[in-house]
Amino acid sequence: MDPSDAVAQLKFRDPVRARGLREALDRLVAKADHAPVSIMHVCGSHEQAIAKFGLRAAFPENLQVIMGPGCPVCVTDVPEVDEAVALAKQGVRIASYGDMLRVPGTSQSLADAKAEGAKVDVVYSVTQAVELARESDEELVFFASGFETTAVATAAVLVDGPPDNFSVLSAHKYIPPVMEIVAEMPETKIEGFLAAGHAATITGSAVFEKFVERHGLPVVIAGFEPLDVMAGLVKLLEVINSGKPRVENAFPRCVTREGNVHAQRLLWKVFRPTGGRWRGIAHVPNGNLRLRDEFARYDTRKRFAIDASALWSYAPHKLVQQCQCGDIMAGIASPSDCALFGKECTPDAPVGACMVSAEGTCKIWHQYGGRPDLRSMKRGAA
Amino acid sequence: MCLGVPGKVIEVDRELQIATVDFWGVKKQVRLEVCDAPVDPGDFILNHVGFAIRRIPPEEAAETLALYDELLRLADDQDLMTADVRAEIDAAPDAPRSAKGVRDGSE
Repeated sequence: MDPSDAVAQLKFRDPVRARGLREALDRLVAKADHAPVSIMHVCGSHEQAIAKFGLRAAFPENLQVIMGPGCPVCVTDVPEVDEAVALAKQGVRIASYGDMLRVPGTSQSLADAKAEGAKVDVVYSVTQAVELARESDEELVFFASGFETTAVATAAVLVDGPPDNFSVLSAHKYIPPVMEIVAEMPETKIEGFLAAGHAATITGSAVFEKFVERHGLPVVIAGFEPLDVMAGLVKLLEVINSGKPRVENAFPRCVTREGNVHAQRLLWKVFRPTGGRWRGIAHVPNGNLRLRDEFARYDTRKRFAIDASALWSYAPHKLVQQCQCGDIMAGIASPSDCALFGKECTPDAPVGACMVSAEGTCKIWHQYGGRPDLRSMKRGAA
Repeated sequence: MCLGVPGKVIEVDRELQIATVDFWGVKKQVRLEVCDAPVDPGDFILNHVGFAIRRIPPEEAAETLALYDELLRLADDQDLMTADVRAEIDAAPDAPRSAKGVRDGSE
Protein backbone atom coordinates (compact mmCIF):
# COMPACT_ATOMS: atom_id res chain seq x y z
CA MET A 1 0.00 0.00 0.00
CA ASP A 2 1.15 3.51 -0.73
CA PRO A 3 1.98 4.92 2.69
CA SER A 4 0.59 8.28 1.72
CA ASP A 5 -2.79 6.53 1.83
CA ALA A 6 -2.37 6.09 5.55
CA VAL A 7 -4.10 9.29 6.47
CA ALA A 8 -6.86 8.60 3.98
CA GLN A 9 -7.32 5.19 5.57
CA LEU A 10 -7.61 6.79 8.96
CA LYS A 11 -9.95 9.45 7.62
CA PHE A 12 -12.23 6.70 6.41
CA ARG A 13 -12.98 5.92 10.02
CA ASP A 14 -13.04 9.12 11.99
CA PRO A 15 -11.02 11.99 10.52
CA VAL A 16 -11.29 14.27 13.51
CA ARG A 17 -10.20 11.62 15.97
CA ALA A 18 -7.43 10.40 13.65
CA ARG A 19 -6.01 13.91 13.31
CA GLY A 20 -6.28 14.45 17.05
CA LEU A 21 -4.38 11.25 17.81
CA ARG A 22 -1.70 12.06 15.26
CA GLU A 23 -1.16 15.49 16.72
CA ALA A 24 -1.08 14.02 20.23
CA LEU A 25 1.63 11.56 19.16
CA ASP A 26 3.69 14.36 17.63
CA ARG A 27 3.34 16.48 20.74
CA LEU A 28 4.13 13.64 23.16
CA VAL A 29 7.20 12.41 21.28
CA ALA A 30 8.55 15.98 21.11
CA LYS A 31 7.88 16.38 24.82
CA ALA A 32 9.79 13.14 25.60
CA ASP A 33 12.85 15.21 24.73
CA HIS A 34 14.97 12.31 23.57
CA ALA A 35 15.03 10.41 20.34
CA PRO A 36 13.92 7.93 19.37
CA VAL A 37 11.21 6.71 21.74
CA SER A 38 11.01 2.90 21.36
CA ILE A 39 7.84 0.97 22.08
CA MET A 40 7.28 -2.75 21.72
CA HIS A 41 4.08 -4.58 20.97
CA VAL A 42 3.79 -8.36 21.33
CA CYS A 43 1.01 -9.36 18.96
CA GLY A 44 0.95 -10.45 15.32
CA SER A 45 -2.49 -8.90 14.89
CA HIS A 46 -1.16 -5.54 16.07
CA GLU A 47 1.66 -5.76 13.51
CA GLN A 48 -0.84 -6.72 10.80
CA ALA A 49 -2.98 -3.68 11.63
CA ILE A 50 0.03 -1.34 11.81
CA ALA A 51 1.49 -2.61 8.52
CA LYS A 52 -1.75 -3.08 6.61
CA PHE A 53 -3.08 0.38 7.41
CA GLY A 54 0.32 2.00 6.95
CA LEU A 55 0.25 3.42 10.46
CA ARG A 56 4.00 3.88 10.65
CA ALA A 57 3.56 6.58 8.05
CA ALA A 58 1.39 8.45 10.53
CA PHE A 59 3.80 8.06 13.44
CA PRO A 60 6.21 10.85 14.31
CA GLU A 61 9.72 10.35 12.98
CA ASN A 62 11.16 9.70 16.42
CA LEU A 63 8.67 7.05 17.45
CA GLN A 64 9.79 3.45 16.90
CA VAL A 65 7.07 0.84 17.21
CA ILE A 66 8.70 -2.58 17.21
CA MET A 67 7.12 -6.02 17.10
CA GLY A 68 8.46 -8.36 19.78
CA PRO A 69 7.85 -12.08 20.34
CA GLY A 70 4.16 -11.87 19.43
CA CYS A 71 3.96 -14.84 17.10
CA PRO A 72 3.32 -18.11 18.97
CA VAL A 73 4.07 -20.26 15.94
CA CYS A 74 7.39 -18.47 15.37
CA VAL A 75 8.63 -19.02 18.93
CA THR A 76 7.78 -22.73 18.91
CA ASP A 77 11.23 -24.15 19.45
CA VAL A 78 13.01 -26.63 17.21
CA PRO A 79 12.84 -29.53 19.75
CA GLU A 80 9.07 -29.04 20.02
CA VAL A 81 8.69 -29.30 16.25
CA ASP A 82 11.02 -32.32 16.32
CA GLU A 83 8.73 -34.06 18.81
CA ALA A 84 5.76 -33.66 16.45
CA VAL A 85 7.78 -34.67 13.37
CA ALA A 86 9.21 -37.73 15.14
CA LEU A 87 5.74 -38.87 16.17
CA ALA A 88 4.40 -38.30 12.66
CA LYS A 89 7.25 -40.35 11.21
CA GLN A 90 6.45 -43.13 13.70
CA GLY A 91 3.02 -43.27 12.07
CA VAL A 92 1.05 -41.32 14.68
CA ARG A 93 -1.62 -39.06 13.27
CA ILE A 94 -1.02 -35.37 14.04
CA ALA A 95 -3.47 -32.46 13.81
CA SER A 96 -2.39 -28.84 14.15
CA TYR A 97 -3.15 -25.27 13.20
CA GLY A 98 -2.10 -24.61 9.60
CA ASP A 99 0.91 -22.36 10.21
CA MET A 100 2.55 -25.04 12.38
CA LEU A 101 3.07 -27.38 9.43
CA ARG A 102 5.84 -25.39 7.80
CA VAL A 103 7.75 -24.35 10.91
CA PRO A 104 11.20 -25.89 10.51
CA GLY A 105 12.50 -28.47 12.95
CA THR A 106 16.09 -29.67 13.08
CA SER A 107 15.90 -31.34 9.71
CA GLN A 108 12.21 -31.46 8.79
CA SER A 109 8.89 -29.71 9.25
CA LEU A 110 5.54 -31.44 9.67
CA ALA A 111 4.83 -30.52 6.04
CA ASP A 112 8.00 -32.39 5.00
CA ALA A 113 6.88 -35.42 7.00
CA LYS A 114 3.46 -35.21 5.40
CA ALA A 115 5.01 -35.09 1.92
CA GLU A 116 6.76 -38.34 2.81
CA GLY A 117 3.45 -39.93 3.71
CA ALA A 118 2.94 -39.09 7.40
CA LYS A 119 -0.63 -38.46 8.54
CA VAL A 120 -0.81 -34.73 9.28
CA ASP A 121 -4.10 -32.81 9.31
CA VAL A 122 -4.73 -29.06 9.41
CA VAL A 123 -7.51 -27.97 11.76
CA TYR A 124 -8.92 -24.54 12.59
CA SER A 125 -9.85 -25.51 16.12
CA VAL A 126 -9.04 -28.03 18.82
CA THR A 127 -12.68 -29.15 18.62
CA GLN A 128 -12.08 -30.27 15.02
CA ALA A 129 -9.08 -32.26 16.23
CA VAL A 130 -11.30 -34.00 18.80
CA GLU A 131 -13.80 -34.82 16.04
CA LEU A 132 -10.99 -36.40 14.00
CA ALA A 133 -10.13 -38.52 17.05
CA ARG A 134 -13.77 -39.61 17.38
CA GLU A 135 -13.82 -40.85 13.79
CA SER A 136 -11.61 -43.85 14.60
CA ASP A 137 -9.75 -45.67 17.37
CA GLU A 138 -6.45 -44.45 15.98
CA GLU A 139 -4.30 -42.26 18.25
CA LEU A 140 -4.69 -38.55 17.40
CA VAL A 141 -2.16 -36.03 18.66
CA PHE A 142 -3.13 -32.36 18.67
CA PHE A 143 0.06 -30.32 18.31
CA ALA A 144 -1.19 -27.26 20.18
CA SER A 145 0.22 -23.79 19.55
CA GLY A 146 -0.88 -20.34 20.61
CA PHE A 147 -0.73 -17.98 23.54
CA GLU A 148 -3.01 -18.05 26.57
CA THR A 149 -6.07 -17.01 24.54
CA THR A 150 -5.79 -20.14 22.43
CA ALA A 151 -4.64 -22.38 25.29
CA VAL A 152 -7.96 -21.70 27.03
CA ALA A 153 -9.76 -23.48 24.18
CA THR A 154 -7.44 -26.49 24.52
CA ALA A 155 -8.10 -26.46 28.28
CA ALA A 156 -11.87 -26.38 27.78
CA VAL A 157 -11.71 -29.40 25.49
CA LEU A 158 -9.64 -31.42 27.97
CA VAL A 159 -11.95 -30.56 30.88
CA ASP A 160 -14.85 -31.67 28.68
CA GLY A 161 -13.42 -35.21 28.53
CA PRO A 162 -12.22 -35.94 25.00
CA PRO A 163 -12.00 -39.53 23.66
CA ASP A 164 -9.23 -41.79 25.02
CA ASN A 165 -7.29 -41.80 21.76
CA PHE A 166 -6.89 -37.99 21.86
CA SER A 167 -3.84 -36.33 23.35
CA VAL A 168 -2.22 -32.90 23.35
CA LEU A 169 1.40 -32.11 22.50
CA SER A 170 1.46 -28.67 24.05
CA ALA A 171 3.58 -25.92 22.52
CA HIS A 172 1.32 -23.30 24.13
CA LYS A 173 3.16 -20.20 25.34
CA TYR A 174 2.42 -17.61 27.99
CA ILE A 175 3.21 -14.01 27.06
CA PRO A 176 3.77 -12.12 30.34
CA PRO A 177 7.06 -13.90 31.25
CA VAL A 178 8.71 -13.23 27.87
CA MET A 179 8.11 -9.52 28.31
CA GLU A 180 10.39 -9.73 31.35
CA ILE A 181 13.11 -11.40 29.27
CA VAL A 182 12.92 -8.80 26.51
CA ALA A 183 12.86 -5.97 29.06
CA GLU A 184 16.10 -7.29 30.57
CA MET A 185 18.00 -7.77 27.31
CA PRO A 186 21.04 -5.48 27.37
CA GLU A 187 20.45 -4.43 23.75
CA THR A 188 16.88 -3.40 24.36
CA LYS A 189 15.88 0.25 24.40
CA ILE A 190 12.20 -0.42 24.93
CA GLU A 191 10.49 2.21 27.06
CA GLY A 192 7.03 0.70 27.19
CA PHE A 193 4.88 -2.16 26.00
CA LEU A 194 1.64 -2.17 24.05
CA ALA A 195 -0.20 -5.32 25.16
CA ALA A 196 -2.65 -7.26 22.98
CA GLY A 197 -6.29 -6.52 23.62
CA HIS A 198 -7.79 -9.93 23.08
CA ALA A 199 -5.20 -11.81 25.14
CA ALA A 200 -5.88 -9.32 27.93
CA THR A 201 -9.60 -10.07 27.53
CA ILE A 202 -8.68 -13.39 29.14
CA THR A 203 -5.85 -12.40 31.50
CA GLY A 204 -7.14 -8.96 32.50
CA SER A 205 -4.90 -5.92 32.79
CA ALA A 206 -3.86 -6.86 36.35
CA VAL A 207 -1.55 -9.59 35.03
CA PHE A 208 0.90 -6.86 33.98
CA GLU A 209 1.01 -5.01 37.32
CA LYS A 210 3.87 -7.07 38.77
CA PHE A 211 5.85 -6.64 35.55
CA VAL A 212 5.55 -2.87 35.80
CA GLU A 213 6.62 -2.97 39.44
CA ARG A 214 9.69 -5.10 38.67
CA HIS A 215 10.88 -3.40 35.51
CA GLY A 216 9.64 0.16 35.77
CA LEU A 217 8.27 -0.04 32.23
CA PRO A 218 4.65 0.92 31.54
CA VAL A 219 2.16 -1.37 29.81
CA VAL A 220 -0.88 -0.14 27.90
CA ILE A 221 -3.50 -2.53 26.53
CA ALA A 222 -4.74 -1.64 23.06
CA GLY A 223 -7.27 -2.91 20.53
CA PHE A 224 -6.75 -3.72 16.85
CA GLU A 225 -8.60 -0.98 14.99
CA PRO A 226 -6.07 1.47 13.53
CA LEU A 227 -7.49 4.15 15.78
CA ASP A 228 -7.37 1.80 18.78
CA VAL A 229 -3.65 1.24 18.13
CA MET A 230 -3.02 4.98 17.88
CA ALA A 231 -5.04 5.67 21.03
CA GLY A 232 -3.01 3.01 22.84
CA LEU A 233 0.25 4.61 21.72
CA VAL A 234 -0.92 8.05 22.84
CA LYS A 235 -1.77 6.66 26.27
CA LEU A 236 1.57 4.82 26.46
CA LEU A 237 3.54 7.97 25.59
CA GLU A 238 1.59 9.90 28.21
CA VAL A 239 2.56 7.34 30.85
CA ILE A 240 6.21 7.26 29.70
CA ASN A 241 6.38 11.07 29.88
CA SER A 242 4.74 11.10 33.31
CA GLY A 243 7.72 9.19 34.72
CA LYS A 244 5.29 7.05 36.73
CA PRO A 245 5.18 3.64 35.08
CA ARG A 246 1.83 1.88 35.44
CA VAL A 247 -0.65 -0.33 33.63
CA GLU A 248 -3.32 1.49 31.62
CA ASN A 249 -6.21 -0.03 29.73
CA ALA A 250 -6.85 1.77 26.44
CA PHE A 251 -9.27 -0.94 25.30
CA PRO A 252 -11.94 -0.85 28.04
CA ARG A 253 -14.71 -2.00 25.72
CA CYS A 254 -13.04 -5.44 25.71
CA VAL A 255 -10.72 -5.64 28.70
CA THR A 256 -11.24 -5.37 32.45
CA ARG A 257 -8.71 -5.39 35.27
CA GLU A 258 -9.69 -8.92 36.36
CA GLY A 259 -10.18 -10.33 32.86
CA ASN A 260 -12.19 -13.47 32.20
CA VAL A 261 -11.75 -15.13 35.59
CA HIS A 262 -13.69 -18.19 34.53
CA ALA A 263 -11.35 -18.72 31.55
CA GLN A 264 -8.29 -18.20 33.76
CA ARG A 265 -9.56 -20.94 36.10
CA LEU A 266 -9.94 -23.29 33.15
CA LEU A 267 -6.48 -22.40 31.86
CA TRP A 268 -4.69 -23.01 35.17
CA LYS A 269 -6.74 -26.07 35.99
CA VAL A 270 -5.30 -27.81 32.93
CA PHE A 271 -1.93 -26.12 32.38
CA ARG A 272 1.04 -25.28 34.55
CA PRO A 273 3.68 -22.75 33.53
CA THR A 274 7.16 -24.13 33.08
CA GLY A 275 10.44 -22.80 31.78
CA GLY A 276 11.53 -23.50 28.24
CA ARG A 277 13.30 -22.08 25.26
CA TRP A 278 11.50 -19.79 22.87
CA ARG A 279 12.96 -20.16 19.39
CA GLY A 280 15.71 -17.68 18.72
CA ILE A 281 15.06 -15.71 21.91
CA ALA A 282 16.04 -17.31 25.21
CA HIS A 283 15.04 -19.69 27.94
CA VAL A 284 11.85 -18.13 29.30
CA PRO A 285 11.03 -19.06 32.90
CA ASN A 286 7.31 -19.91 33.11
CA GLY A 287 6.91 -19.15 29.40
CA ASN A 288 5.69 -22.60 28.34
CA LEU A 289 2.33 -24.11 29.20
CA ARG A 290 2.40 -27.85 29.90
CA LEU A 291 -0.38 -30.19 31.02
CA ARG A 292 -0.79 -30.73 34.74
CA ASP A 293 -0.43 -34.25 36.15
CA GLU A 294 -4.20 -34.49 36.59
CA PHE A 295 -4.43 -34.45 32.78
CA ALA A 296 -1.47 -36.78 32.19
CA ARG A 297 -3.67 -39.27 30.34
CA TYR A 298 -4.13 -36.66 27.62
CA ASP A 299 -0.48 -35.60 27.60
CA THR A 300 1.26 -36.80 24.45
CA ARG A 301 4.63 -36.54 26.19
CA LYS A 302 3.44 -38.99 28.87
CA ARG A 303 1.64 -41.30 26.50
CA PHE A 304 4.40 -41.80 23.95
CA ALA A 305 8.12 -42.36 24.21
CA ILE A 306 9.20 -39.72 21.70
CA ASP A 307 12.62 -40.27 20.19
CA ALA A 308 13.60 -37.42 17.89
CA SER A 309 17.30 -38.30 17.76
CA ALA A 310 17.02 -39.62 14.19
CA LEU A 311 16.27 -36.04 13.11
CA TRP A 312 19.46 -34.63 14.58
CA SER A 313 22.11 -36.07 12.27
CA TYR A 314 21.91 -33.06 10.08
CA ALA A 315 23.96 -29.92 9.61
CA PRO A 316 21.70 -26.88 9.28
CA HIS A 317 21.66 -25.37 5.84
CA LYS A 318 23.83 -22.29 5.50
CA LEU A 319 20.80 -20.09 4.89
CA VAL A 320 19.32 -21.08 8.23
CA GLN A 321 22.45 -19.90 9.98
CA GLN A 322 21.95 -16.44 8.44
CA CYS A 323 18.31 -16.24 9.57
CA GLN A 324 17.73 -13.32 11.96
CA CYS A 325 14.33 -14.42 13.25
CA GLY A 326 15.57 -14.52 16.84
CA ASP A 327 16.85 -10.95 16.85
CA ILE A 328 13.74 -9.80 14.99
CA MET A 329 11.45 -11.41 17.57
CA ALA A 330 13.51 -9.91 20.38
CA GLY A 331 12.98 -6.53 18.72
CA ILE A 332 16.67 -5.79 18.23
CA ALA A 333 16.62 -6.26 14.44
CA SER A 334 13.98 -5.67 11.80
CA PRO A 335 13.28 -7.77 8.69
CA SER A 336 15.03 -5.21 6.51
CA ASP A 337 18.24 -5.88 8.48
CA CYS A 338 18.21 -9.49 7.21
CA ALA A 339 20.10 -10.22 4.00
CA LEU A 340 17.73 -13.09 3.19
CA PHE A 341 14.48 -11.10 3.55
CA GLY A 342 12.51 -11.06 0.30
CA LYS A 343 15.40 -12.69 -1.55
CA GLU A 344 16.27 -16.22 -0.45
CA CYS A 345 13.51 -16.06 2.19
CA THR A 346 9.94 -15.51 0.94
CA PRO A 347 6.49 -16.79 1.99
CA ASP A 348 6.75 -19.44 -0.77
CA ALA A 349 10.21 -20.56 0.37
CA PRO A 350 10.58 -19.49 3.99
CA VAL A 351 13.94 -19.95 5.70
CA GLY A 352 12.83 -18.94 9.20
CA ALA A 353 9.65 -19.25 11.22
CA CYS A 354 8.95 -15.49 11.01
CA MET A 355 8.32 -15.89 7.27
CA VAL A 356 6.10 -18.97 7.80
CA SER A 357 3.38 -17.71 10.09
CA ALA A 358 0.75 -15.11 9.21
CA GLU A 359 1.69 -13.54 12.54
CA GLY A 360 5.42 -13.49 11.85
CA THR A 361 7.02 -10.08 11.42
CA CYS A 362 8.76 -11.07 8.18
CA LYS A 363 5.64 -12.46 6.51
CA ILE A 364 3.60 -9.42 7.54
CA TRP A 365 6.23 -7.01 6.22
CA HIS A 366 6.57 -9.05 3.04
CA GLN A 367 2.86 -8.82 2.34
CA TYR A 368 2.20 -5.23 3.26
CA GLY A 369 5.37 -3.70 1.83
CA GLY A 370 9.02 -4.67 2.34
CA ARG A 371 9.35 -2.02 4.97
CA PRO A 372 6.02 -0.45 5.83
CA ASP A 373 7.55 2.79 6.92
CA LEU A 374 7.04 6.05 5.05
CA ARG A 375 10.48 7.43 5.83
CA SER A 376 12.43 4.41 4.65
CA MET A 377 10.20 4.02 1.61
CA LYS A 378 10.99 7.61 0.72
CA ARG A 379 14.66 6.81 1.04
CA GLY A 380 14.16 3.71 -1.05
CA ALA A 381 12.44 5.71 -3.76
CA ALA A 382 15.13 8.36 -3.85
CA MET B 1 -5.00 -15.80 15.42
CA CYS B 2 -5.19 -13.09 17.99
CA LEU B 3 -7.90 -11.14 16.24
CA GLY B 4 -10.92 -13.36 16.85
CA VAL B 5 -14.16 -12.55 15.07
CA PRO B 6 -17.40 -11.06 16.42
CA GLY B 7 -20.80 -12.53 15.54
CA LYS B 8 -24.43 -12.10 16.54
CA VAL B 9 -26.05 -14.71 18.76
CA ILE B 10 -29.24 -16.14 17.27
CA GLU B 11 -29.94 -19.06 19.53
CA VAL B 12 -28.54 -20.42 22.78
CA ASP B 13 -28.58 -24.03 23.95
CA ARG B 14 -27.87 -23.65 27.65
CA GLU B 15 -27.67 -27.37 28.30
CA LEU B 16 -25.00 -28.01 25.67
CA GLN B 17 -23.42 -24.57 26.21
CA ILE B 18 -23.52 -23.87 22.48
CA ALA B 19 -24.73 -20.76 20.67
CA THR B 20 -25.83 -20.46 17.08
CA VAL B 21 -24.01 -17.36 15.87
CA ASP B 22 -24.36 -15.38 12.66
CA PHE B 23 -21.07 -14.23 11.09
CA TRP B 24 -21.91 -12.07 8.08
CA GLY B 25 -24.71 -14.43 7.03
CA VAL B 26 -22.84 -17.65 7.87
CA LYS B 27 -24.41 -19.50 10.81
CA LYS B 28 -22.03 -21.36 13.07
CA GLN B 29 -22.06 -23.18 16.39
CA VAL B 30 -19.84 -21.57 18.97
CA ARG B 31 -18.98 -23.12 22.34
CA LEU B 32 -19.81 -21.03 25.37
CA GLU B 33 -18.01 -22.69 28.27
CA VAL B 34 -15.09 -20.21 28.24
CA CYS B 35 -17.32 -17.11 28.24
CA ASP B 36 -17.76 -15.53 31.66
CA ALA B 37 -21.06 -13.76 31.07
CA PRO B 38 -24.46 -15.26 30.23
CA VAL B 39 -25.09 -14.93 26.51
CA ASP B 40 -28.54 -14.26 25.08
CA PRO B 41 -29.93 -14.01 21.55
CA GLY B 42 -29.19 -10.51 20.24
CA ASP B 43 -25.83 -10.29 22.04
CA PHE B 44 -22.58 -10.37 20.14
CA ILE B 45 -19.71 -12.65 21.09
CA LEU B 46 -16.04 -12.69 20.14
CA ASN B 47 -15.20 -16.10 18.68
CA HIS B 48 -11.66 -17.44 18.87
CA VAL B 49 -10.94 -20.98 17.56
CA GLY B 50 -14.60 -21.96 17.99
CA PHE B 51 -15.07 -20.59 21.52
CA ALA B 52 -16.75 -17.39 22.65
CA ILE B 53 -14.06 -15.69 24.71
CA ARG B 54 -16.15 -12.63 25.47
CA ARG B 55 -19.71 -11.36 25.35
CA ILE B 56 -20.03 -8.02 23.56
CA PRO B 57 -23.10 -6.05 24.65
CA PRO B 58 -25.18 -4.97 21.60
CA GLU B 59 -24.53 -1.28 22.26
CA GLU B 60 -20.76 -1.83 21.91
CA ALA B 61 -20.93 -4.05 18.86
CA ALA B 62 -20.88 -1.41 16.13
CA GLU B 63 -17.45 -0.15 17.10
CA THR B 64 -16.05 -3.69 17.20
CA LEU B 65 -17.63 -4.69 13.88
CA ALA B 66 -16.23 -1.81 11.82
CA LEU B 67 -12.78 -3.33 11.27
CA TYR B 68 -14.21 -6.72 10.30
CA ASP B 69 -16.77 -5.16 7.96
CA GLU B 70 -13.96 -3.59 6.05
CA LEU B 71 -11.75 -6.69 5.98
CA LEU B 72 -14.57 -8.88 4.68
CA ARG B 73 -15.85 -6.23 2.27
CA LEU B 74 -12.45 -6.16 0.57
CA ALA B 75 -12.73 -9.97 0.25
CA ASP B 76 -9.05 -10.30 -0.53
CA ASP B 77 -8.13 -13.83 0.52
CA GLN B 78 -4.43 -13.11 0.11
CA ASP B 79 -4.70 -10.52 2.87
CA LEU B 80 -3.36 -11.90 6.15
CA MET B 81 -5.98 -10.22 8.33
CA THR B 82 -8.88 -11.24 6.10
CA ALA B 83 -7.59 -14.80 5.97
CA ASP B 84 -7.30 -14.78 9.76
CA VAL B 85 -10.92 -13.64 10.15
CA ARG B 86 -12.13 -16.29 7.68
CA ALA B 87 -10.18 -18.99 9.53
CA GLU B 88 -11.80 -17.89 12.79
CA ILE B 89 -15.24 -18.26 11.19
CA ASP B 90 -14.26 -21.66 9.74
CA ALA B 91 -13.09 -22.77 13.20
CA ALA B 92 -16.70 -23.13 14.35
CA PRO B 93 -18.86 -25.93 12.90
CA ASP B 94 -21.84 -25.08 10.69
CA ALA B 95 -25.10 -24.67 12.58
CA PRO B 96 -28.01 -26.96 11.73
CA ARG B 97 -31.19 -25.16 10.67
CA SER B 98 -33.44 -24.64 13.68
CA ALA B 99 -35.76 -22.23 15.47
CA LYS B 100 -34.54 -19.06 17.12
CA GLY B 101 -34.46 -18.56 20.84
CA VAL B 102 -33.15 -20.04 24.03
CA ARG B 103 -33.28 -23.73 24.86
CA ASP B 104 -32.57 -24.49 28.47
CA GLY B 105 -34.92 -27.35 29.19
CA SER B 106 -37.16 -25.13 31.33
CA GLU B 107 -39.41 -24.14 28.43
